[in-house]
Amino acid sequence: MPQDNNCADHASASKISAQDVQHLAQLARLRLSEEDVERFSRQLSSIVDYMDVLNTIDTSGVKPLYSPVQHKIQYREDVAVHVRTREQILANAPERDENYFIVPRIV
Amino acid sequence: MEDITSLSLSAAASALKKGELSATEATAACLERILETEDEINALLYVDAEGAIEQAEKMDAEGPDPAKPLWGVPVTVKDALVTRDMPTTAASRILEGFQPMYDAFVVERLREAGAIILGKNNMDEFAMGSTTENSAYKVTRNPWNTDLVPGGSSGGSAASVAAGQCFASLGSDTGGSIRQPASFCGCVGLKPTYGRVSRYGLIAYASSLDQVGPLARNVEDCARMLAVIAGHDARDMTSSPEAVPDYLQGLGATDLSGRTIGLPAEYFGEGLSDTVRKGIDKAIDTLHSLGARTMEVSLPSTSAAIATYYIVAMAEASSNLARFDGVRYGHRTKDPKDLQELYTLSRMEGFGDEVKRRIMLGTFVLSAGYYDAYYKKAAQVRRLVRDEFLAALDKCDCLLAPVAPSVAWPIGSHIEDPLQIILMDAYTCPINLAALPSLALPCALSDNGEPIGLQLIGRPFAEADILSMGSALEASLPSIGSPLQKA
Repeated sequence: MPQDNNCADHASASKISAQDVQHLAQLARLRLSEEDVERFSRQLSSIVDYMDVLNTIDTSGVKPLYSPVQHKIQYREDVAVHVRTREQILANAPERDENYFIVPRIV
Repeated sequence: MEDITSLSLSAAASALKKGELSATEATAACLERILETEDEINALLYVDAEGAIEQAEKMDAEGPDPAKPLWGVPVTVKDALVTRDMPTTAASRILEGFQPMYDAFVVERLREAGAIILGKNNMDEFAMGSTTENSAYKVTRNPWNTDLVPGGSSGGSAASVAAGQCFASLGSDTGGSIRQPASFCGCVGLKPTYGRVSRYGLIAYASSLDQVGPLARNVEDCARMLAVIAGHDARDMTSSPEAVPDYLQGLGATDLSGRTIGLPAEYFGEGLSDTVRKGIDKAIDTLHSLGARTMEVSLPSTSAAIATYYIVAMAEASSNLARFDGVRYGHRTKDPKDLQELYTLSRMEGFGDEVKRRIMLGTFVLSAGYYDAYYKKAAQVRRLVRDEFLAALDKCDCLLAPVAPSVAWPIGSHIEDPLQIILMDAYTCPINLAALPSLALPCALSDNGEPIGLQLIGRPFAEADILSMGSALEASLPSIGSPLQKA
């Protein structure tokens, strides 16, 4: 998947290659097996082809609707409150010590 | 009290309040029913029999509380809703053994109303699917015919309600996940207006579409459940401050004269099976006999609604599911060599196929060079879809449409073709894009005995209206019975 692809190009060639699948998996922090890559390439391509139906709809001048919320959002005061204890927050950790989540060494 | 589990929630709640039925009896009857049916239908991922009986006995010792509308009523909830005393997995391996530290808003509300939560219902993993076959743990079967899917993603909830395991359940509906399983299992299911019910504690799939709602055995039962869970919650900023009306007041209407019901032409065209069409036609005749007028309306962007829905849902899903990283909770791979591997292997091992597919597609439509062509374009079409619905609802009181193009299909039939399953959401997902309320109710059985469902789609926050019209229709249509009577 070329990084600098422009929108006009992809509409006619929406095929998602095995290489594209690998790149997307990398972005999504997923490891895929060889077999998954091949299958996803086929399945994602057919779904993306189907999505091209959007091009049949004229949306010039239409404002995107990202959230359907109609009411005015009430923001709360930016005040820190204790909702959970440290113990509660750490309770489901796969690996921890007394006070922290433990991950593999980074530096 | 011969067969407690075949009572409606309304009848059970009333008997409990009067002391004709004890909370322990009601709970024991449901647990017994679970024992009888669960091996066959697999509707539940977790049952807290001991906790439920203990709670019921304690409540009985204190006596009925008339201030609690669901006092002593056993219910279940979809495993996408977090519960502080039961594990919550969203039917995913990545959350195996996860024990939430708090209750979802709707679970708090159920407990405050006196309901007894028996257990957690199976679902498609992270609510991604229409059959409940995508659960990492088990395949739920349809109580009407165990060779068939129960629908999904709230298939466990629908199967529990239909099989008499509980008096009602809560599900979630992102693109039809309450209405379609309700329809396949012959239940009543309500997707409220976006913002009517707080999503606090609902494990997020697509946050601009997700909405929690009830599944129950009749319209009144659904109204009672909605009354308990509707309302503002400061912990969900999309939760609406709109006042909650009395959902029971308009029930029992028998005269629909002066009411106009729109029939969207695009929902009755190619793709609709004859079986479903016949069932819906009967319901339309019934509406006419009740004095309602029907008129054809048009929703021209319907043809692009599924593609729009999937782009929006997958984009939001890929973002929401980034939180499952193997660090703070959930599955972690064994001995990762570095942080990258901790992420990628934990996610590879923890997520199922459909979830990975949707995360990948979401990542694709949000990625550089594709964002405008897919995600922004979909958001523009979403506005058109919504505006068309609102214009149609200006001319009529509600819209009537089938819930699904076909009745429930055999387990295993579409599993290798993800696109086929997507197309099955054609009549439900546009309503989520438009954020409208929709009530699914059974209207007939097919010649083979499969339930057929219709939906009444209302104006924003007009749940009381569609419940009222739904109750009139329900009272005039011949009852489809229940799979319990069939057995």
